[in-house]
Amino acid sequence: MTLQADQQTPVAKPSQLARMRDSDLWHSFVTHRGAVVGACLLVFLIVTAFAAPLIAPQNVYDSAELQLMNARIPPIWQEGGRWPFVLGTDIQGRDVLSGILYGSRTSILIAVFAVVFSLAIGVIVGLAAGFFGGIIDNVLMRFADVLLSIPTILLAILASAVAMGMLPPEWRALGAAGVIVFAITLSNWVQYARIVRAQTSVERRKEYVEAARLLRVSPRRIMLRHILPNTMTPVLVAATLSFGMAILAEATLSFLGVGMPASLPSLGTLIRIGNNYLFSGQWWIVLFPVLQLSLLVVSINLVGDWLRDALNPKLR
Amino acid sequence: MLAFLIKRIGSAILVMLAVAFLAFLIFAVAGDPVEMMVNEQATQADRDALRERLGLDQPFLVQYFTFVINAAQGEFGISYQTQRDVMSLIASRLPATLELVFIASMLSLIVGIPLGVITAIHRGKWFSEGLQFLSIFGVSLPSFVIAILLILVFSVWLGWAPGFGRGETVALGWWTTGLLTPSGRNAIILPAIALALYEITLVMRIVRAEMLEVLRSDFVKFARARGVPRRIIHYRHALRNCLMPVATLTAMNFGTLIAFALVTETVFQWPGMGLLFIQAVLNLDFPIMAAYLVIISAIFVTLNTLVDIIYAVIDPRLRQEKV
Repeated sequence: MTLQADQQTPVAKPSQLARMRDSDLWHSFVTHRGAVVGACLLVFLIVTAFAAPLIAPQNVYDSAELQLMNARIPPIWQEGGRWPFVLGTDIQGRDVLSGILYGSRTSILIAVFAVVFSLAIGVIVGLAAGFFGGIIDNVLMRFADVLLSIPTILLAILASAVAMGMLPPEWRALGAAGVIVFAITLSNWVQYARIVRAQTSVERRKEYVEAARLLRVSPRRIMLRHILPNTMTPVLVAATLSFGMAILAEATLSFLGVGMPASLPSLGTLIRIGNNYLFSGQWWIVLFPVLQLSLLVVSINLVGDWLRDALNPKLR
Repeated sequence: MLAFLIKRIGSAILVMLAVAFLAFLIFAVAGDPVEMMVNEQATQADRDALRERLGLDQPFLVQYFTFVINAAQGEFGISYQTQRDVMSLIASRLPATLELVFIASMLSLIVGIPLGVITAIHRGKWFSEGLQFLSIFGVSLPSFVIAILLILVFSVWLGWAPGFGRGETVALGWWTTGLLTPSGRNAIILPAIALALYEITLVMRIVRAEMLEVLRSDFVKFARARGVPRRIIHYRHALRNCLMPVATLTAMNFGTLIAFALVTETVFQWPGMGLLFIQAVLNLDFPIMAAYLVIISAIFVTLNTLVDIIYAVIDPRLRQEKV
């Protein structure tokens, strides 16, 4: 009885692609220069990062390929630079370009997992708190308050350091990625929970929810199929922007030395390594990872900025 | 009003108790401190004696209670690494951090407010759109990236300002300041800019948004119609109406800046609390980590509570709605 509405298929449904092309969102995207540039750049960076094993001159995880005779080679346009080390090499003979490509892949993967996990936890907690209210709401939101009263960077560093300390030493290199995902998730889920909770507690008082209740739709189904879709717009914007924040958080943790180890470098690790040679003249070891990280985050934020304005009904 | 005060302060204390619990948990999950403090030859009796002296033979809740009582009195135990009192270690590093954060806050206001006003007044012109675009970089780039770029350009390539350390300092009682010596003033320039840049863009964006709103209001139109000079309309009448959110932001973000200073301090080897904390993290020096967490959160919570209370004083409607 309750499922009829869902099972009816509308007549003459336009194809998904055509619907997308005619939508307001697509139109505002193609007319927004920053968004187009950001999206193209972002796609390029992601594709090159994931194609690292195919296109990088060197496999940075294979220590046999690192040769000390190739150490400290400057970029190719400088005197002493040579093929294939286009952006030069670091102190151990690691190709900077290859390091950047593999490092970006690590950074992006960690950020994606961190955002997905914090999104999942945040949405579940926020929905539960907003929908049931009362004591569940109180307990969950007090807990969120406590986490919010610690600066996120501090929370992530502590979580990462303590979790890393609990790992047995032989697991540290591989477990590091998981630890960072955990640390970023811990400091990140609260914002989603708050957004979803605020939205849910507004939505649950609306008539369509009461109607669904009268039809004896189960609370779980009301939450997931009726309320959740209506809370997704602000969450989507926050997720895009916090994807950039997650990349920065990972880079900061690795830069500070509580993140990825030198054997499995992320962009932050590369910057930490390069930072040691800042004053000794090998500027390329640090500058290129820094530029790559900046490009990555700026391109994400360009898309996020556009999305925030495009989905804001007040600005239409 | 009194009820509001009690409620607000009460909830701040509850939050701090919970933070203290988290800090206390660091010890619990971190392993046995006795094993870290004794040397190899220590007998079982030595270990038991130390355990008793540290109060580790007590039940969990009693230990937590002792931790809170001690923390409230500024007593955080002894550093594993240096065997020195944690609180005096942190106190000796506090002035460096506070000076850096204070200068950065000032910088964000001095630079951010005029930029916000200019981009709002000249909306649509190339330089204001350019500034607006640049501000995306300000919020996108992490402070350590900015710090590294600043060091590379101004310290390594141009040699204008030093890229590490705090320069010479002068002691004023227990407070040491670098602001009174030329080398100290030189040394603070780059770290302060690196720390302030994010805040500058925030201030600029807020002032711009607020100004755009105020400039549309009736009293500005009326002032224009009356022939009040534009400069006075913009800077005396309109800007004043934008300063409240800026003041809130600056106060609330002071705590965040102190926490974020730890990244800047690491890059510049600035001898503040943050550098102490990072070194403690890398050396697994748990008493310092716990103390830093409690102190930073206390500053954070105090500022937020103060802002809430001040708001409630200004706007009585909030006394009912909040909490």
